[in-house]
Amino acid sequence: MTATLEKTAPGPGSAESGLGAVPSFQVTLRVQRYLPTDAGDLPAGQDVGAPTPGEYRWDEFTLTMHGTDRVLDALHKVKWEHDGSLTFRRSCAHGVCGSDAMRINGRNRLACKTLLKDLDLSKPVVVEPIKGLPVLKDLVVDMEPFFASYREIMPFLVTTGTEPTKERLQSAKERERFDDTTKCILCAACTTSCPVFWTDGQYFGPAAIVNAHRFIFDSRDEGAAQRLEILNDKEGVWRCRTTFNCTEACPRGIEVTKAIQEVKRAMITRTF
Amino acid sequence: MQIHQYDVVIVGAGGAGMRAALESSVRTRTAVISKLYPTRSHTGAAQGGMCAALANVEEDNWEWHTFDTVKGGDYLVDQDAAEVMAKEAIDAVLDLEKMGLPFNRTPEGRIDQRRFGGHTRNHGEAAVRRSCYAADRTGHMILQTLYQQCVKNEVEFFNEFYVLDLLVDHDLAAGEVAEGDEVAVAGVVAYELATGEIHVFRAKSVVLATGGAGRIYKTTSNAHTLTGDGMALAYRRGIPLEDMEFFQFHPTGLAGLGILLSEAARGEGAILRNSEGERFMERYAPTIKDLAPRDIVARSMANEVREGRGAGPNKDYVLLDLTHLEPAHIDAKLPDITEFARTYLGIEPYTEPVPVYPTAHYAMGGVPTNIEGEVLRNESDVIRGLYAAGEVACVSVHGSNRLGTNSLLDINVFGKRAGISAARYAVDAPWVDLPEAPAALVQAELEEIRTRPDGERVGDLRQALQETMDANAQVFRTEESLHQAMDDLRSLRKRFAAVSVQDKSRAFNTDLLEAVELGFLLDIAETVVVGALNRRESRGGHFREDYPTRDDEGYMRHTMTYRRPLSTPVAGAGGDVDGSFSGSTELDGYRVVLGSKPVTMTRYQPMERKY
Repeated sequence: MTATLEKTAPGPGSAESGLGAVPSFQVTLRVQRYLPTDAGDLPAGQDVGAPTPGEYRWDEFTLTMHGTDRVLDALHKVKWEHDGSLTFRRSCAHGVCGSDAMRINGRNRLACKTLLKDLDLSKPVVVEPIKGLPVLKDLVVDMEPFFASYREIMPFLVTTGTEPTKERLQSAKERERFDDTTKCILCAACTTSCPVFWTDGQYFGPAAIVNAHRFIFDSRDEGAAQRLEILNDKEGVWRCRTTFNCTEACPRGIEVTKAIQEVKRAMITRTF
Repeated sequence: MQIHQYDVVIVGAGGAGMRAALESSVRTRTAVISKLYPTRSHTGAAQGGMCAALANVEEDNWEWHTFDTVKGGDYLVDQDAAEVMAKEAIDAVLDLEKMGLPFNRTPEGRIDQRRFGGHTRNHGEAAVRRSCYAADRTGHMILQTLYQQCVKNEVEFFNEFYVLDLLVDHDLAAGEVAEGDEVAVAGVVAYELATGEIHVFRAKSVVLATGGAGRIYKTTSNAHTLTGDGMALAYRRGIPLEDMEFFQFHPTGLAGLGILLSEAARGEGAILRNSEGERFMERYAPTIKDLAPRDIVARSMANEVREGRGAGPNKDYVLLDLTHLEPAHIDAKLPDITEFARTYLGIEPYTEPVPVYPTAHYAMGGVPTNIEGEVLRNESDVIRGLYAAGEVACVSVHGSNRLGTNSLLDINVFGKRAGISAARYAVDAPWVDLPEAPAALVQAELEEIRTRPDGERVGDLRQALQETMDANAQVFRTEESLHQAMDDLRSLRKRFAAVSVQDKSRAFNTDLLEAVELGFLLDIAETVVVGALNRRESRGGHFREDYPTRDDEGYMRHTMTYRRPLSTPVAGAGGDVDGSFSGSTELDGYRVVLGSKPVTMTRYQPMERKY
C-alpha cells in the first residue's frame, strides 16, 4: 500500500508561513498490534476487528494530517476517530515526560517530538514498540526491567558527615561537568536501541549508566566508588560495544555513548 | 478484587505526592498510587524556577515574597498560608539542594537566582532575583530528585493504577451530616491498568496529589493526563471545590499548540511585541512591563489581538522576541524552550521572534485545605484523614492568580506538610470500616461503559467540551458566553450517559480510562462555569467583560461549590452563605450549590493592583 502525498507542507519556517494556512497532507500509518492472551473475555459479539490474542499483526490507517502534526497526533487521530482500541502511552506531548518512546521507521524516537512532515511520507510510517522489553499490548511494553536496572545503580546523591545548614557549594564548572546527563527523562529510547541489550536483557543498558554518570561526576556526591563497583559487573559497563545507537536515539540530545566511555575511563583511572 | 491496607495512601506521584511520600514513608506504612510512572508526572514540565528569598544575589526577604504572592493573587490569597509558604520556601529549596538537585550556581558556588513575573523588591519597587533554577528544566530536576529520594527510601509505588473512588464514611453528595458528627476517610478504590483488576486500598489517611485539570480546555500547556481526577473524586463525594473559576492562562504558549515557553524567557530579557513591533506591555504595566503577573500579560496579549495588532497571517498571536539576547546566554539559560520553538514551529529563536498566545495552564482552585493540608468539607470542618496538596488543592496561596514559580514551591512546602500531617494522624487514628461492597459502584460503572455496544465517542465529546470552554470560559468571559458554556455542558452530560468505547478488553484499556477521565473533566468544567457565572466581578485570572472591575464588597470571599442532592434546600450548603454566594444550579440528578469562605487577611489590606 502506498500513500500519496497530496500537498507538501511548506513547513512553518517563519512567523509568516504555515501557522495560519495549515496545509494538510495524507499519511499512512502502519502500526504493529498485539493483544495479550489474558486480555479478558470480550463481551459477546463485540470482538469484531480486535487482534487475535497472542498474535502480532499490522494495521494500516490513512489519515489527513496538518503541518505541525506529530506522530503522536496521528496515533491520537486513529484512537479518537477510527479505532479506540489502539493502545500506547503518552502524557505531556512535548518531549519531557518520556512516555511515548517507540520505533518509528526503524528508529527509536518520541512520538510527540517526531513531526510527520520530517518523515518520508511517500511510504507508510511504520510504528512499532521499542525493542528488548516484553510487549504488553500494541505499543505498550513492560518498563519494569528498565526501571529495575535504573534503581540498581544507586540513582541518588550519596553523602557522608553532617549536612551543612545552607546549600553545599558547587562551582559553575563543577555543575557543568554532569549537566548533559541530568537531562535524562528515562524514556528508554537509548537502552532499547542497544544491540547488546536486545541480545542480553541482563545488561544494565545505557540509561542506567547515564544516570550513574549523573552522580559519579557530581562534585557533591560520595558514592562513585560503589556505583563503579556495581557497573564493573559482567552485565555492566564493559558490555558496551560503542555502536552509538544510544546517542542517536536520545530525544534529549544527551551524548550517551560519551557518558558511557567516561564511566569506563573513571573505572580504570579511578578519577571522577 | 484485591484488598490492601496501608496507614497512608498517597494518590498521585508528581512533586506534591512524592514530597509527601518522603515524609510519610519514614513515619508510617505508606503506598503511593499513580496513574503514571512517577517520572512521567507533569511537575517535570515546569521550567522556570522555584522562588525563595535566599538573598543569594541581592537583598530579599520572605515578607516581600509574601506581599508579592498576595498582590499577585489580587488579594484573594489566604495570607496565613502565603506567609507559611514564603517562610518555608527557603528550607524547601535547601532541602532539594541537599537531596542533590543540580541548581544553577553563582560565581561563588551558591544557588543562583533570577527574575520572574510579579516577584519584586520592597513591595513592588522593581523586579527582584528570587527564582532558584536549573536552566529551564527546574521541574524536571525536582521530579527526578524527588523520585531518586523515593528510590533511596524504598517508597512503595503502585504505578499505572487509577484511583476511581474515594471512600468516606459519609457520602456528603447524598446529604448533609448531622450537627456534631465527624466525617472520616476510609480508603480509595483503584483500577489496575495492566490487568483491569479492581483494588481496594484501606487507609487511615489519604493524600490527594493528582495535579491539575488543564484538559478541560483545548489550548493548554497541560499533559493529556491532567484531567482533574482528584478534584472530581472529592466533588462526587460532596466535598466542596474552592475558587474553581480562577484558571490561569499562561501568556507564552507556542501559538496554535499551547506548548509552554517559560516566563524565564522574559526573566532573562525577552520582550513581547505586537505586529507593529511595539513593546506593548509598556502600556499595560509601566513599571515591570513584560514581567507583570500572568493574568495581566495574558489579557494584554489577547487584547492586542482583539484590537487588530496580532501578528501572523491571521493576526491571531503576538511575538516573543529573544533576538537581542546572546545565543550563548540563551543556550545556557533557556535551552529547552528554544528547542521547542525549533522542533515544533521551525522557528530559530536566535534570529526570529517566536509566535505565542495564552494557553490554559493552572487551576488556582481545587480541594479546600487548611495550612496543615487537611481537607475541609465546609468553611471550617475537616474530614478526618483526608489531605490534599499541590495543584489539586486550594490552600489558598494563589488566590485568583498564581505567580510564576509559586507552584513548584507550593508542591514542596505543602506536599511536605500534608505528608507529615497524614502520617501523624495515621499513627494514632482508629481504622474506619470500609463500606459494604466498597468497589461495587465503580465496577458497575466501568462495566457499563466497557460493554455498551454502541454510543457516543469519547473523542467527540471531549473535543466539544474543550471547544466550548476555549470559546466561552477563557481569558475573557461574559454572562452570555458562560450561559452558552453551561448549556453545552448540560447537553454533553446527557450525551456522556451514552458513551461507549471500542476497546472491549481488560488489559491496558486506555480507551476505557479516557472515558472515565472525560467524566471527571465534565465535572470540573461545570464547577468552573458555575463559579464564573456567579462571580460578577473581575479579579486575577477571572475577567468578566460585563463586570470589568474588582468588587471587594460583593466578592472578597472564596467560592465554594458543593454537589448536593436535588432535595437540598436552595439556601446553601452549610457554609456561611452571604448574598453573593447563595445560588444553586440544577443538573441531571443533582444540584450544584454555592457557598463561600472568608479570605484570611493578616497584614495586607486590599489595594488597587498596579504594576
